[in-house]
Amino acid sequence: MNASWILSLCGGALIGVAASLLLVFGREVAGISGIFAGAISAEPVQGKWRPWFLGGLVLGGTVLWLLRPMSFGADVRSWPYVLLAGALVGVGTRLSGGCTSGHGVCGLSRLSGRSLVATITFITTGVVTVWLLGPKGWP
Amino acid sequence: MRQAWVALAAGFVFALGLGLGGMTQPLKVTGFLDVFGHWDPSLMFVMAGAIAVHMPVVLWQRRRQARGLIAAPEGGCGLPEEGAKLWDARLVGGAAVFGVGWGLGGFCPGPAFVSAGAGTLSALVFVVGMAAAMWAQAWLSRGARAGGPR
Repeated sequence: MNASWILSLCGGALIGVAASLLLVFGREVAGISGIFAGAISAEPVQGKWRPWFLGGLVLGGTVLWLLRPMSFGADVRSWPYVLLAGALVGVGTRLSGGCTSGHGVCGLSRLSGRSLVATITFITTGVVTVWLLGPKGWP
Repeated sequence: MRQAWVALAAGFVFALGLGLGGMTQPLKVTGFLDVFGHWDPSLMFVMAGAIAVHMPVVLWQRRRQARGLIAAPEGGCGLPEEGAKLWDARLVGGAAVFGVGWGLGGFCPGPAFVSAGAGTLSALVFVVGMAAAMWAQAWLSRGARAGGPR
């Protein structure tokens, strides 16, 4: 695994800084699936900040692509399966109320037992999925 | 509006963290989940680094909340209430479905937006699937609440 874990640790720390910025100065929790669901919701939600956060994510992606294109990698499945993956993530995160950021980072940071249950569950089914399908391609 | 600028900055820094950490490389994500194959544990350190920084801030904020110095966060991201049941079928079932999608596509929501910003078309496809499913889910649950179509 060489030195990539050091870079991962630093990237993680930046994520922690970002979530803390939003919590301390914005009084909001950085759960990205919930932010997206709120941004596209047909029902009215409180605050107009969600599209700005998502815009920050997209803008960060563009800047990273210009400065460090190696941050991005090839697809692991063909588009129909990626579309299905997106749909599963959409439904699953709405039912469980969070994704890797909301449950995995913010939930565990506030010592939420429910987030721990969710995190263990999605990592487990992710591991089983990759075990069955392989890390890329379609068997 | 201050909150908008804070959100923009937080999203931007969040994206840099995801990209440097390796979360925007689908093969690295499935490699992390490939525990029974060629396991690449480095993404574990992304979560560890994030929590190491965020947890002290959360606990400090919680103390200030308890003293009534600041209001509780708006929430709005659907996270469970404190003191709620440790688990229920909705939480575990939903997280299980999310994990399958994560292992299938190699994207979770954050990295999908970041990769879309880098012009990765499959990430855009993923976001479209996610949006469609969220709309469908909201529509169905609204129908169920109103006693409408089952």
